[in-house]
Amino acid sequence: MDTFVQQLINGLTIGSIYALIALGYTMVYGILRLINFAHGDIYMVGAYAGFIIATSMGFAAQPSAFGFVVTLLGSMAIAAAIGMAIERFAYRPVRKYSKMTTLITAIGMSLLIEYLFVFIFSGTPRSFPQLLPNDNITLFGNATISTSQILIFVVSILLMVLLQWIIFKTKIGKAMRAVSFNINSAKLMGINTDFVIAFTFALGSALAAAGGVLTAQYNPKIEPLMGIMTGLKAFVAAVLGGIGNIPGAVLGGLLIGAAETLVVGYGSTIGIPSTYRDAVAFAILILVLLLRPAGLLGSNVQEKV
Amino acid sequence: MYRIFLAFCVAASMFLTFSCVSKGGPGTAGPAGDTIKVGVYGDLTGQTSSFGQSTKNGVQLAVDEINAAGGVMGKKIELVIEDDQGRPEQAKTVVQKLISQDKVQAVLGEVASTNSLAAAPVAQEAKIPMITPSSTNPKVTETGDYISRVCFIDPFQGSVMAKFASNTLHAKTAAILGDVNSDYSKGLTQFFETEFTKLGGRVVAKEAYTQTDPDFKGQLTKIRNLTPDVIYVPGYYGQVGIIAKQARELDMNMPLLGGDGWDSPELWKLGGDSLKNAFISNHYSAENPAPEIQNFVKAYKAKFNVEPDSLAALAYDAAKVLADAIKRAGGASDSAKLKDAINATKDFAGVTGKISLDPGRNAVKPAVVLELDPAAGKFKYKETIAPEGSELSTAPAGNTMANSNTSAPAGNTMSNSNTSAPAANSNAAK
Amino acid sequence: MATWLKSFIAGAAVILVLYIINAMMSSTGFFGAGIDDYQARLLVFIGINVILATSLNLINGFTGQFSIGHAGFMAVGAYSSAYFSVTYGRGIEASLSGLGETVASSVVLLIAIVIGALVASIAGLIVGIPSLRLKGDYLAIVTLGFAEIIRIVILNIDAVGGATGYQVPGYANFLWIGIFAVITVVVIHNIVKSDAGRALVSIREDELAAEAMGVNTTRYKVTSFVIGSAFAGIAGVLFAHYNKFLSTNDFQFIKSFEIIIMIVIGGMGSMTGAILGAIIVTLLPELLRQLPDIHIGATEFRFADLRLVIFALILILTMILRPQGILGTAEIGGFLKRFRRADKPTGGLK
Repeated sequence: MDTFVQQLINGLTIGSIYALIALGYTMVYGILRLINFAHGDIYMVGAYAGFIIATSMGFAAQPSAFGFVVTLLGSMAIAAAIGMAIERFAYRPVRKYSKMTTLITAIGMSLLIEYLFVFIFSGTPRSFPQLLPNDNITLFGNATISTSQILIFVVSILLMVLLQWIIFKTKIGKAMRAVSFNINSAKLMGINTDFVIAFTFALGSALAAAGGVLTAQYNPKIEPLMGIMTGLKAFVAAVLGGIGNIPGAVLGGLLIGAAETLVVGYGSTIGIPSTYRDAVAFAILILVLLLRPAGLLGSNVQEKV
Repeated sequence: MYRIFLAFCVAASMFLTFSCVSKGGPGTAGPAGDTIKVGVYGDLTGQTSSFGQSTKNGVQLAVDEINAAGGVMGKKIELVIEDDQGRPEQAKTVVQKLISQDKVQAVLGEVASTNSLAAAPVAQEAKIPMITPSSTNPKVTETGDYISRVCFIDPFQGSVMAKFASNTLHAKTAAILGDVNSDYSKGLTQFFETEFTKLGGRVVAKEAYTQTDPDFKGQLTKIRNLTPDVIYVPGYYGQVGIIAKQARELDMNMPLLGGDGWDSPELWKLGGDSLKNAFISNHYSAENPAPEIQNFVKAYKAKFNVEPDSLAALAYDAAKVLADAIKRAGGASDSAKLKDAINATKDFAGVTGKISLDPGRNAVKPAVVLELDPAAGKFKYKETIAPEGSELSTAPAGNTMANSNTSAPAGNTMSNSNTSAPAANSNAAK
Repeated sequence: MATWLKSFIAGAAVILVLYIINAMMSSTGFFGAGIDDYQARLLVFIGINVILATSLNLINGFTGQFSIGHAGFMAVGAYSSAYFSVTYGRGIEASLSGLGETVASSVVLLIAIVIGALVASIAGLIVGIPSLRLKGDYLAIVTLGFAEIIRIVILNIDAVGGATGYQVPGYANFLWIGIFAVITVVVIHNIVKSDAGRALVSIREDELAAEAMGVNTTRYKVTSFVIGSAFAGIAGVLFAHYNKFLSTNDFQFIKSFEIIIMIVIGGMGSMTGAILGAIIVTLLPELLRQLPDIHIGATEFRFADLRLVIFALILILTMILRPQGILGTAEIGGFLKRFRRADKPTGGLK
C-alpha cells in the first residue's frame, strides 16, 4: 500500500508540472486554435533563465527562500517576454494563412529555440542550483515525500488558483474568454484582440517557466532538449482534459502524470516494460481522440457550414 | 515563372559544387602534403553533445601538444572535425566525407558504439585506420582489422563491478537499473549479470529508464521492495546523478555501482551528497600522482576551463596512440603500415593506463574501482581489477596503493574474455 | 510519335542515365570518370528523400492532411524488410545462384521492397483509419505520437538490434534507388492527375463541400494515407539496404520534420517542388559543412554547428514570407509549356 501511495505521489508531482505547461497550451489553443509547438521549449527556457538568474545573482552560493522566489518570478517574467516576442514576430504574420502554415511555423520555432540553446549553452546537461533544502518526510511505512515535491504541489496550486482568478474575475480575463469564444465578434465589441493574444501568450509562458524552475528543484538536470517530451505530454494532457478547458488541463496533467508513473511501477506485471513510459501518454491521446475527442471536460462543438 | 528556373539554378549550382573526380584505388591516402590530416567525428550538437565535445577537446589538446613539440616526423597534424549529431546515418556520412573528400589518413571516433558500428565499415572498406576512444561494444572492432580501440570492452567492464560487488562488498543480491536507449548500458548490464550470477550472486531486479525520463522513483520504488544489497547503474552521469539523489530520497542507502559513464565533473553537481557509498569502474584515477596524469588534468583545465572526464582522457590517449603509431610506421601515407603499427601498440603510457592492443584490437588494461567522495568532488582509488590471465604489471607508474585485487579464477570459460592469452583470439569473428 | 513509344524511350533514357551514374560510383568508375563515395552517398540520399518527399506530399500537399510522423512508416518498412533480408536473404540468394549474383540479389531486394511496402501500408491503415476523422492539429499530434510509439516499440525489440543497431546486407545501390525514385514520382504524378487526384485536392480545398458533392472523403483520405505510407516504407527499405545499418536514432522526430521541411520549402502542392525540396534539404547541411569556421576574437564559431538553427530559420522565414514555398502549386510542366510548339490539331479534316 505504501508503495502505491509512493508511486501516486511521484506521479502527481510530475502531473502538476504537466498541468502547468498544459494550461499554456490550452489557453493559446482556446483563443487562436493554434497548437504552439514551441510551448514545451518555453518550459526549458524558463529553467535556463532561472539557472542564469540564480547563478549570476549569487543565490546558488547562498540558497534562500528569497533567492528562490526571485528566481522563480524572474524566469517567469523573462519567459513571458520571450513568449510575447515569438507571438509578435513569428505567429502574428502567419495568422492569416492556413492552419498548416501556422502549425509548421510553430514546429520551426520549436526547433529554432532548441538548437539555438544547444548552440549557445552546448548540449551538456547542467545542474540547477538547489535553492531550497530538499528533505524527506516519511508519511507512513515506506512512503516518503520530499520537500521539493511539496513545493511543486503548493506552487502549482497557487498559480492555478491565480490563473482562475485572472480569467474569471478580471476584465482582461473576460476579454480572453470572449476572444476564445469568437475572435471576430470580440473585435467587433471593441476588444483589442492583439493585446489579448499577447497577454495570453505571456501568461502561458510564465506558467511553463514556473514549471521549468520547479522541476529543476526536483531534478536538477537541465539541458536544451528537455522540453520536447515534456511539452508533448503536456499537450496530450491538455487534449485529455478538453482543449480550451482550463480545469481540464489541470485534470489531464495530473492523470497523465499518474498514469505514466503507475505504468512504470506496475506495468511489468501486465507485460509493459517501464521503458514504454513515453508511449503511455501517446496511447492515452489516441484513445481519447478515438473515444471522446472533446476531452474529459470539453464540450462537443458542432462544425457549422 | 522564372522563379522556377531560378530555383533549378539554385539546385544545379549546389550540384556543381561537388565536382566529379577520377577514381583511384581504395586506400590511397591523400597527397603527401606537409600536414597529416586526421579526421575526428562525434556528436557536437545533438542530444549527447557533451560526449562529443569532451572527445573533441581531448583530441585537440593532444594534437596541440604534439604540434607544439614539432609535430610527428616533422609534419604537423591537421584535424578535420565533423559533427554527426549523434545519428548513425550521419556518422556514416561524415566519415565518408572525411575519407573521400578531406582525404584524411586516419579517423578518430566515435563515443557511442551505435555510431561507431555505423561508420566503421566505411573506414574498413576504404582501408583507413579508425581508432575509437570510447566505444565499448565488442562488435565495433570485429568489423575489421583497420578498426581498433583504446578502451576496454563491455564484457570486461561489466564483469569488473560484478567481481567487486561479490568479492569486496560481499553482496549476495543485486538490482540493475539501465538505460534502455544506450547500447553501452545494455552491454554492461548483460555482462554484469553474467559474472555476478557466476560468482554466486542473484540479480533480483532489472529495471530500465530512458534518458528523457523526468524521474526514476517509479523504477526505484520497485527495486526498493526487493531489498537488493547493491544497485548497478551502468548509465551516464546526466541521469545517474538524479538516480542517486532520488534513491537516497526514497531511503535506499545501499551501495550504488556504475561504470565510466559516471565520470564527469557535472556528476557532483547533479548528485551531491547522495553519491556517498558509490563505486565505479574506470580507466584511470585522476588522483594518480603520476606526472602524465596530473599534467594532463592541469593542461585540460587551463585550456577548456573545466575538469576532464574519462571521455576526454580516452580521446587524448587515442590521439597520442595514433601519433605514436605514425612515428613507428615511419609516416602516415601507407595506411596498411599505419594500421599494423596501431595494432601493434604495446605498453603505451597513456593517461588512462598502459595501453596494449590485443589481437582483437581492443585495449588490454586493468580497470580501477573508484569510490566516490562527493565532499571533495573526487573519485578515490579503491582497488584494481586486471583482465583474466594478464600480469598486473600494467599498473600506472607511481601508484602505491596497497590492495590490488588480481582475479584469476581457474577455468574461466567466459567466451568474450579480453585477454592477451596465447590461445587463439576469442574475439575473432570475421 | 505514339505516346507509348515516347514513354518507352523516356524510360529507357532515364534508366541509361541512372546506370551510367551508378557505374561512376563503383570503384573503377565509368571509363575513368567517377563519383567519390561521399558524393555517391549524397546522390543516393537525394533519391531516397525524393521518395519520402513526394509520398508525404501526396498526404499533406495534395490531400491537405497534417501527417508529421512519416519517419515512423519509413522505420516500419526499413526494419521489416531488414529482418527479412537478414533471415532469409542468404538462403534465397543461394537457391537462385544459378541465375547469377546480380539477378539473385535483385530478387531479394524486390521481395524486401514488397514486404516493406506492405507492412508500412498496414501501419498506415492502422494509423489512418482512426485518426483521419480528426481535424488538422489533432491529426498532426496523433501521427507524431504513432511515429514515436513505433520507434519505442522497435527500440525494445532485441531481435532487430535494439539500442545497438541492426546490420543489414547491402542489396540496394544507386541504380535501384534511382529507379524507384522515378517510379514513385511517376505513380504519384499519375494519381494526382487522375480523377482520384482531383478528389484529393477537393478534400484539401474544402472537405465539407467535397463531402457534400458526394466525394467519399474518408475513403480517399485513408487511401492517400496508405499509399503515402507504402512509399515511405519503400524509402525505408532502400535506406536500410544501402546504409547497411539501422538504428532507431535515425528515425526520431527530427527525421519527420526534415521531410516536412522538404515539401514546405519546395511548395506543398507541387511534385516538382517536393523534388526540389528534397534536393535542397539533402545538400544544404552538407554545404554548410564546407563553410569555413569563423573566429571572433578568441572564440571559434563553426557554421556547421548551426545547421539546424539555419534550417529552422529557413522554415520560419519561408512561412512568413512565402508560405506557398518556392514553387507553390506550379509544376515544371507549366514552365516548359512556353517552349513547346503549339499542339497540332487533332481530328477534323486532314
